[in-house]
Amino acid sequence: MEYVPETGSAIKEEIAVSEHHHSHDHDHTEPPSDLVLRVQALESLLIEKGLVEPATIDVLIDTYETKVGPRNGANVVARAWGDSEFKDWLLRDATAAIASLGYTGRQGEHMKVVENTPTVHNLVVCTLCSCYPWPVLGLPPVWYKSAPYRARAVADPRGVLEEFGTELADDLEIRVWDSTSEMRYLVLPERPEGTEGWSAAELTELVTRNAMIGVEKAKTPVNIGRNR
Amino acid sequence: MNSAHDLGGMHGFGPINPEPESEEPVFHTDWEKRVFGLALAAGFLGKWNIDMSRYARERQHPVDYLRHTYYENWLAGLEKLLVEAELVNSEELKTGKAAGPADESIKQRVLEAQDVAETLAQGSPVAMTISTTPGFKSGESVRAINRHPLGHTREPRYVRGRVGVIHEYHGAYVFPDRSAEGSKEGQHLYSVRFTAEALWGQSACGRNAVYVDLWEDYLELA
Repeated sequence: MEYVPETGSAIKEEIAVSEHHHSHDHDHTEPPSDLVLRVQALESLLIEKGLVEPATIDVLIDTYETKVGPRNGANVVARAWGDSEFKDWLLRDATAAIASLGYTGRQGEHMKVVENTPTVHNLVVCTLCSCYPWPVLGLPPVWYKSAPYRARAVADPRGVLEEFGTELADDLEIRVWDSTSEMRYLVLPERPEGTEGWSAAELTELVTRNAMIGVEKAKTPVNIGRNR
Repeated sequence: MNSAHDLGGMHGFGPINPEPESEEPVFHTDWEKRVFGLALAAGFLGKWNIDMSRYARERQHPVDYLRHTYYENWLAGLEKLLVEAELVNSEELKTGKAAGPADESIKQRVLEAQDVAETLAQGSPVAMTISTTPGFKSGESVRAINRHPLGHTREPRYVRGRVGVIHEYHGAYVFPDRSAEGSKEGQHLYSVRFTAEALWGQSACGRNAVYVDLWEDYLELA
């Protein structure tokens, strides 16, 4: 059967390309109006039928825009860096250890933490969709959900890391975790040197979202303008 | 199903071009926010599970799946699920006007704003207790079975027929292939380590490995 594209495909294609490739030259904050109208029509239909509450949708959006995000994961990592008992627990039973800090629930029901060491670097991907540990990292960035990342992370992790400016020694083992089940993976980055005596709050400043996905290392004191 | 969602190892998509972490908003447009909120809110009606949601997105034409942005795929999946669950019909979708109200039974399941935080915090655990013993042990060599089901599966194409080693037994979890059909069946789940060379041939760097979570039905002793 011949492929029949959906309506409005020419405009959508341009938008899709700009988002898939994240070209910063394109303005992808301007979606085609047919898409906006389609979403508005669906929302008003579901409200009219009594299937959704508009206030519920607002709260769901606000939760992931302002409340649940990678600062949660940074708190987990900073705690593990400063507390070896917590770190052991985290590596043994991540779900329970993370829950003890108050981060539980949707898309984090079954957690695994994988530790970077001087000889092993970990990288997380979901080749089949976009599985990601929401309670500790929030919603995934566009690139994590994009075709190029999902295609290449398992086959060319070193090339992917280089694109993020992360250079690793040739003899380092890269372990890629493909999130094919409901296990959700969080990378425990290596604690940077020169951070002895730092408080947990100070340490969190070094922990980026990208480091907890594994495309980067944690920041160094120099990176954040501290050198002591 | 062997379709465009199963991306591991594909070539030709070009660079990733990530937005800088410090600059990327959670949502890029208002319509994305609404699609996200609608999909979650409608999901709480309990008419479908996560595997059915994934399968709904996967069942688009592969050209559409790849051409769409992420939340366009969510929207397409949500519309399909709503129609298949008979919560709305295609005429209502087209016009945006309700032909009638939803059943009272389903309306009672509508999530209220004040219950969102607790519902999200509870999540939907999928661990199960089953009576069979796990068929494989840590350290054993296993082959990912070369199977090509027409329905939903979480065995990616790039591992099929490849030999790996059981890294860890996770426990019994809902089996996605059946779950996407609406039936809840527990099955043993393992983390399987594949060397890059086993997956990608001799050109791959031997120091790399890919760990994939695979259910018992996907595996055989190698």
